[in-house]
Amino acid sequence: MIMKIIFRISILTFIIAAFFTSIALAQQPVPTPSDDQVNHIAHQLYCPVCANTPLDVCPTDACRQWRDLIRQQLAQGWTEQQIKQYFVQQYGARVLAEPPETGINWLIYILPPAIILAGAFILFRALRMWTKPVSASTASGSNEDALKDEYVARLEEELKNRK
Amino acid sequence: MIADFGYGVIVIAFVVALYSVGAAIYGERTKSANWVESARRAMLLLWPLISLSAASLIYLLITNHFEVSFVYEVTSREMPTYLKITAWWGGQAGSLVFWSWLMAAFASLVTLRKWDRDREFLPWVIVVTSITTAFFLGLVVFYQNPFAFYWSGANGNLIADALGNPITSMFAPIAGASIYFPSDGNGLNPLLRHPGMIIHPPMLYLGFVSFVIPFAFAIAALITGRTDDRWIRITRRWTLFAWLFLSCGLVLGSRWAYDVLGWGGFWGWDPVEIAALMPWLTGTAFLHSVMIQEKRGMLKQWNMLLIILTYSLVIFGTFLTRTGVLSSVHAFAQSAIGPVFFVFIGITFVGSVALLIYRWPDLRGETEMKSMLSREALFLLNNLLFISVLVVCFWGVVFPIISQLFTGQTVTVGPPFYQTAVAPLFAALMLLMGVAPLSAWGLKEMKRMDLEEWAVLEGANIAVTILLSLTWKVLLEQLGNWTLVVIFLAMIHVSILMLYFFKHLVWKPTIGAAAITGLIYAFYTQSVLALFGFFLIALVLLVTIQEFWRATRARSKATQENFALAFWNLFGRDRRRYGGYMIHISMMLMAIGILGINLFQVQTQGTVPLNNSLSLSGYTVKYDSVAQFSGPNGQQVTRAVVSVYQGNNYLGDLYPRIDYYPSQEQNMTIPGERSTLKDDLYIILVDWQPASTNGATFKIFVNPLVNWLWIGAILFLFGIIIAAWPDRDAERVPERARRVHRTENKQTSAAD
Repeated sequence: MIMKIIFRISILTFIIAAFFTSIALAQQPVPTPSDDQVNHIAHQLYCPVCANTPLDVCPTDACRQWRDLIRQQLAQGWTEQQIKQYFVQQYGARVLAEPPETGINWLIYILPPAIILAGAFILFRALRMWTKPVSASTASGSNEDALKDEYVARLEEELKNRK
Repeated sequence: MIADFGYGVIVIAFVVALYSVGAAIYGERTKSANWVESARRAMLLLWPLISLSAASLIYLLITNHFEVSFVYEVTSREMPTYLKITAWWGGQAGSLVFWSWLMAAFASLVTLRKWDRDREFLPWVIVVTSITTAFFLGLVVFYQNPFAFYWSGANGNLIADALGNPITSMFAPIAGASIYFPSDGNGLNPLLRHPGMIIHPPMLYLGFVSFVIPFAFAIAALITGRTDDRWIRITRRWTLFAWLFLSCGLVLGSRWAYDVLGWGGFWGWDPVEIAALMPWLTGTAFLHSVMIQEKRGMLKQWNMLLIILTYSLVIFGTFLTRTGVLSSVHAFAQSAIGPVFFVFIGITFVGSVALLIYRWPDLRGETEMKSMLSREALFLLNNLLFISVLVVCFWGVVFPIISQLFTGQTVTVGPPFYQTAVAPLFAALMLLMGVAPLSAWGLKEMKRMDLEEWAVLEGANIAVTILLSLTWKVLLEQLGNWTLVVIFLAMIHVSILMLYFFKHLVWKPTIGAAAITGLIYAFYTQSVLALFGFFLIALVLLVTIQEFWRATRARSKATQENFALAFWNLFGRDRRRYGGYMIHISMMLMAIGILGINLFQVQTQGTVPLNNSLSLSGYTVKYDSVAQFSGPNGQQVTRAVVSVYQGNNYLGDLYPRIDYYPSQEQNMTIPGERSTLKDDLYIILVDWQPASTNGATFKIFVNPLVNWLWIGAILFLFGIIIAAWPDRDAERVPERARRVHRTENKQTSAAD
């Protein structure tokens, strides 16, 4: 019996609390979100059904409804993060412009810089290898030869220009 | 009847292509000139054959033979004749025929022109081009037949598979079936009816196909063991033409996207766009590094690898856009041609690389690199950067497929990923473009730098970097994240080093560029990223202009020509160099546009009643009226009239419109554009309500500086034409090559 009363009271308290909270929430003025506010978020999301189309420019009716949904959510005071979260939960990670940084998706961020750095390293090593023989045989003669060669080349070039 | 003829001819062409491959290989192996000649003639027969088949297809397209499924899919009665003809490459099956037709044409040109001169290469060139042609013809014959019919059963209904898709085939799928004649076609996708889209695919394909020719010669060189730079000299012009067409294709595609897709930009990092960009990247790297091989006999192995990559990426690009693999892995699995493409790319790539490895020792460089900062090293750095952009693009395109395969999760790799990754790489390329043209002269000064000088320089530079990093708050705010801040500081560091190395040559341009950047800071923008970008652009422009000026002055002095004439003749003297410099200038103009739209684009959207207005960055757009009428191609046009003001100045009217194509149930948004050198005003009609006070919804973009992109593109065209213009003495052999050849001859005679 007592349990029942306690249960009823708690439900009542909950309803009253909910009522006042909703009044408090309703009193906070949330202006109608502008198209720009909606597009700002829609631009960061991708159409869940068409291939590679950002939500803000997608012309289909479905996307129009999704944009309206964002507007409603904004009107209800949702944050940008919450809205994005909602879309990810509903339609999966494909609605995000970039894969979330979890699991196998790390590969997309790590592999290109790794390959590029490896490439740079290989290039550096190759250059070292190629240039070494010249400096190893640093007989001053070869250096002079190189200079002379260059000098002759330039001289020839200039002579050619004079023709 | 005509369709049967067209298909029959394609089948014959396929067989002939295979025959020419077989005959050429057999002829080469048995040293039988007759067999090789037979292969050549078979190859020459391909183009007329495919032309016949294509003519049949065009005939079917313009005479409304909708019983042919391809004709049904891409044309309809209301389409004008020129559109029906261009619908040839508007659909998958037709575009494969188009591909093979171009391939056959180019291969014929090669074998017709210089048959006697290049006799040792040409049999293998025939093998490679004919294999490629045969592959595309095979796709047409077995998987994507543009001549296939619709069929109806005994009851007169269209025969369809379990999913309701109509079955198409050349021959009756069941006994008693007869050809089904739809009364009208589906019509070409309205998005593809734009002039830009009519020219864009042929340009792209021309670019794709012309890259096969240098590849074919490279393979021929590998097989025959003639691994000097002869193959490069023969195909130099082909490579430039390929590059020209591919570049034109990319620019036209961008312009089309800007004018037709109505999202305010021209490049959305869509996989289809990237598919065309990837061969361009390796092609550009190749164009640069072959110069080193021609001049100094180095990088032979690397050039081979680059052209092999380019060929694979050309086929991969066609594969990406033609198989539906991009939309989902399932589409790929269902698509009949997907796996075939995959296997072909795999076999040709592995085969070519195996050949390259086999010849690896023969391809050693003839000379050594002089210094870590020599011209050759800088060209290699240029190659590394292009390949890095390629890695980012390739991985970005392929990753969603891999993710779906391994985790079942579909992900999108969109613009933020590419922009973050590619922007620093392009900045580095710009820096190189600024200093590399001077490196030939800069070399000597650098050699003299001793350890102490290095230490002082590097110490000062580190101090500058530390000072700069004190502004980390501003940097972090503007760049968004720490990685970019670090990359940015590193870029500044490297830039200072590079400028120091070449200080005696670039001090004037550097001061000039700094002054211009100062002006931009005072009057245009305070964004750190933009200022850095503008500095690099100004640097490259000034360095290149200085090069032109110096050479013109020298020539004018030496020849007593007046300045203008000397400038003109400069191009005649070394077309490749000065054409190349012009391309560098054009690239910088394009970079202004790219920087402008990426960093300064602003937009707003709003619904306004009639006679009310929206404002954005100084512009006021007033909604005057809206009208609906029928367009010339059966579309329903809704056109708004808006007047544009800047302050109180009336600038003119713009007409954003929505075209609705009832047969495809598709909308097309055509923006109203007002272009100036300063910015583009770009207005889209998003929505409108008839006879209501709600009025219409407009989306307005202001795209600063974007016009420079198109101006740069036109200059770019001139640059390539200058670089590719035939020399009077076209077969002129560079001194180095002559020297090598002489020694070779000597050796031969000694051996004899």
